[in-house]
Amino acid sequence: MREKATTLYIGPQHPGITGNMMIRLKVEGDTIVKAITEVGYLHRSFEKLAERRNWLQAFTLMCRFCVPEPDPVEETYSRAVELLEGRSVPDRAKFLRVLVLELARISSQLLWYGGQGASLGLYTIGQWSVGDRNYILDLFEELTGARVYHMYIWPGGVRRDMPEGFEKRVLKTMDYLEGRLDEYEALMFDNAIFKKRTQGIAIIDKEKAIEWGVVGPPLRGCGIKSDIRIDDPYEVYEHLDFEIPVYEGGDIWARALVRRDEIRQSIRIVRQVIKEMPGGSYYNKVPNPQKWTIQKGDAYARTEAVRGEIGFYVVSDGSNHPRRAHMRGAAYVHGITLLEDILKGANVADVSSIMNSLGTCPPEIER
Amino acid sequence: MSFFDLKGTLSPFSALKQFGRKPHTIQYPKEDKEAADRYRGFHYNEMEDCIGCGNCSTICQNAAIDMVKVEGQEASKGDSGLRPRVDNGRCCWCGLCVDVCPTGSLSLTKDYLYVSDDADSFLFTPGLDNPGGKDNVSFFSTKESSLNDFARIPMPELEGKERIKSFAEVVLGYNEAEARAEASRCISCGLCSEVCPEHMHIPEYINAIAGGNDQDALRIIYDNNPLPEMCGKVCTRRCEDVCAIQTRGEAIAIRWLKRYATETADNAELIREIVNPEIKEANGYKVGIVGAGPSGLTAAYYLALRGFDVSIYESNKQAGGMTMYGIPKYRFPEDSLQKQIDYITSIGVKIHFNTSVGKDISFEEVYKQNDAVFMGVGFLKPWTLGIEGEELKGSEQAVTFLHAANSGLQVDVGDKVAVIGGGNVAIDAARVSARMNAEVTILYRRRVEDMPADWEEIEGAEDEGINIVPQAIPIKFHSDETGRIKSVEYLKAKMVPDEGGGRPKPVPIEGSNTIVEVTAVLGAIGQQGDYSFLKGEFEEKIKTERGRFVVNEFQQTSDPKVFAGGDAVNRTADAISAIADGYRAVKGIEEMLMKKA
Repeated sequence: MREKATTLYIGPQHPGITGNMMIRLKVEGDTIVKAITEVGYLHRSFEKLAERRNWLQAFTLMCRFCVPEPDPVEETYSRAVELLEGRSVPDRAKFLRVLVLELARISSQLLWYGGQGASLGLYTIGQWSVGDRNYILDLFEELTGARVYHMYIWPGGVRRDMPEGFEKRVLKTMDYLEGRLDEYEALMFDNAIFKKRTQGIAIIDKEKAIEWGVVGPPLRGCGIKSDIRIDDPYEVYEHLDFEIPVYEGGDIWARALVRRDEIRQSIRIVRQVIKEMPGGSYYNKVPNPQKWTIQKGDAYARTEAVRGEIGFYVVSDGSNHPRRAHMRGAAYVHGITLLEDILKGANVADVSSIMNSLGTCPPEIER
Repeated sequence: MSFFDLKGTLSPFSALKQFGRKPHTIQYPKEDKEAADRYRGFHYNEMEDCIGCGNCSTICQNAAIDMVKVEGQEASKGDSGLRPRVDNGRCCWCGLCVDVCPTGSLSLTKDYLYVSDDADSFLFTPGLDNPGGKDNVSFFSTKESSLNDFARIPMPELEGKERIKSFAEVVLGYNEAEARAEASRCISCGLCSEVCPEHMHIPEYINAIAGGNDQDALRIIYDNNPLPEMCGKVCTRRCEDVCAIQTRGEAIAIRWLKRYATETADNAELIREIVNPEIKEANGYKVGIVGAGPSGLTAAYYLALRGFDVSIYESNKQAGGMTMYGIPKYRFPEDSLQKQIDYITSIGVKIHFNTSVGKDISFEEVYKQNDAVFMGVGFLKPWTLGIEGEELKGSEQAVTFLHAANSGLQVDVGDKVAVIGGGNVAIDAARVSARMNAEVTILYRRRVEDMPADWEEIEGAEDEGINIVPQAIPIKFHSDETGRIKSVEYLKAKMVPDEGGGRPKPVPIEGSNTIVEVTAVLGAIGQQGDYSFLKGEFEEKIKTERGRFVVNEFQQTSDPKVFAGGDAVNRTADAISAIADGYRAVKGIEEMLMKKA
């Protein structure tokens, strides 16, 4: 007997989703037959606000595009502005930037561990990983003066140099985290429940992934080796030795494995960066922000953020503020087009797990 | 996974070993987490170092900072008297306010906890509301991390040796790129405008220069200064002394930027075309002006724009007063002055040259022919030292010497000149003498740092090989057998602190007599007014006090029809104060005559 379809609303406030957005689900029994996303609950117009700020002021907005990973956005904006102006950045600043970016990657993946675990009812994972993430936030606090919104990478370099003895504390934290990864392995990836709830669920078709512009772990979970750090290296990535984890399958499990392996690669990068950190200046000073104008033109910079490729397109009309500062992130494709498609045929109980695995970030959709 | 996953079921239980671990995040009794050494928490402001420039408020992209009047902080030169107040409900702790603070007084602290149900209490004046924040400062400004640009773009100049070969202008002026770069350092706080006697629109014209709008800059400048190129070259620039950037670096070169803007229009027609002033229809009133110095020219220009019929009476054959006859041409070339005067006369100002009021025309006549009179007569009579030998041949007054030199007359000072004094006139006389191939010594009674002359002038003099002898008090001039001066005898002085709190006083040291051989001595210890042109009733009616005319806020003397300005009124005795006097008098004259009508 065919069951009658009902409509279910998830969000805009819901502990299982990754930010304020809503999904209208048409369900038959436990099976979703249609999903319609509704965004607009978080609209904060960062791009428009940037047009009313000068080039430097605007940088303080960038971290808010996505709470779990503020740094890649800051870095991409700064690099786009530098490209536009033709401003060089000292080597030490580039290394410090990569250090921050990779620490941010680890911190963001740990937060994702928590979300992915909790969405399946495995709450211990989240308690551990958010606690471990705090050790990285401690490092951020020491380096940048803030825990979450660092506002550290700005046009011209970074804001402050490393405090004394910082390298040692970074390495110590890395050693600690590396030791913890095996424990996560036992708790999460060896866990029968986790496997059962992720393997073969929400499979992304390889062809579709390419066609739709899926990026980051969801793309690499489809067996496609794509990473801006290798494909179009920026900062100092071309001098660093690391691998890009790729898994076949396209399901939540494959995406989880990609993320898991990325933590190890990030630890590897952080160690190299600390070892090879050059001396010298950390900042190529920009002019007085009130009167800092950039010649007419446009520039595009892209970065491999945690959720995938993000890009910044900045346009200058020759004045002291951006005429346009447009960000292209993973969240629009992953959180709207892909999510609506992939939810079709899925189980209602898997909705938040699927959202987590895609790395949707509503504030970035509504940038 | 059709079979039972034994490993997958058991391995999560490995988490049980956590029970044996020491917890990291729970403390008992509760301890607050100590923030990192660079933490960006609540603001702290060192009230005494803060100058209220408001740059923190300008950069704040959340509009969380406003500048408010704070009890105990009074406005003074270089301090607006305002202090930042932070709305912690809006602040995002980005710390840009700290990184743009020119003084480095604003910082962020390790304090981050505040709970209140009173929303107004989140408005917080750092430094006042948290005096204890001083011990908790964590995120602060250093010159290295600051966003302020503390280094001035150097002004290209002729080399010292090259300079003394001629009267060519020493300062070469900024080129376009240099001017833009220098202008872009300005943070537009406006502390400069406050101390400028004329309250010129400094941030506005610097902003125009930074933005590449030189013509706009010129229009803004001409709004209240008709002699900007003069100020751009020789102004005493008190604005730069209070520049916010100067608190930790080199002040914005305000004077040189004005110079740059004015030099972009190199003739009077072009100035007229750019400034394109609105000249009002003739209103039928006549104003007579005594003296074509900076104050007289300023009054004349703005009166003419307002439709007055203006006539200037000038005893010399050229206009400009002291800026023409006192300031040497290597500082202020004649064509530069002439260009500005041509522009002023082009809008209808009449100048009667070689017409000395009191000789060629009586003051009474000027008074009767006009509806109002403005006197910008200057300080022309030099003070004398009052020591033995001052009347000798070869002993001259610096202003007289400079007047002759600037008039193109042949002056012979020989090859060894001593200049007595420490003001700009002394330095000018010394540097002019150096250009006449003399070996020059400046004798000054106090220390070099006490010299009232512009520091750049003092440096310039030193570069040109002029020997400055500080703490030297001349006591006698000796003559040779022909009655010409041969040497100066002076006593060395020691500096004795002033009990009244004033600057230290030089006290001669007995027996320290020293003799310098000279061919000429130039006295430059100051000038005074000569008001002999005021005869009869005017001598009575127009009151003076300590050698200066008594005026009200509109420069009106005790005779309501007579206004005065310049050195004969103000004690600062510089061109910009004279211009300010002239500008104020315009308002006074307009008010008096137009109201009457």
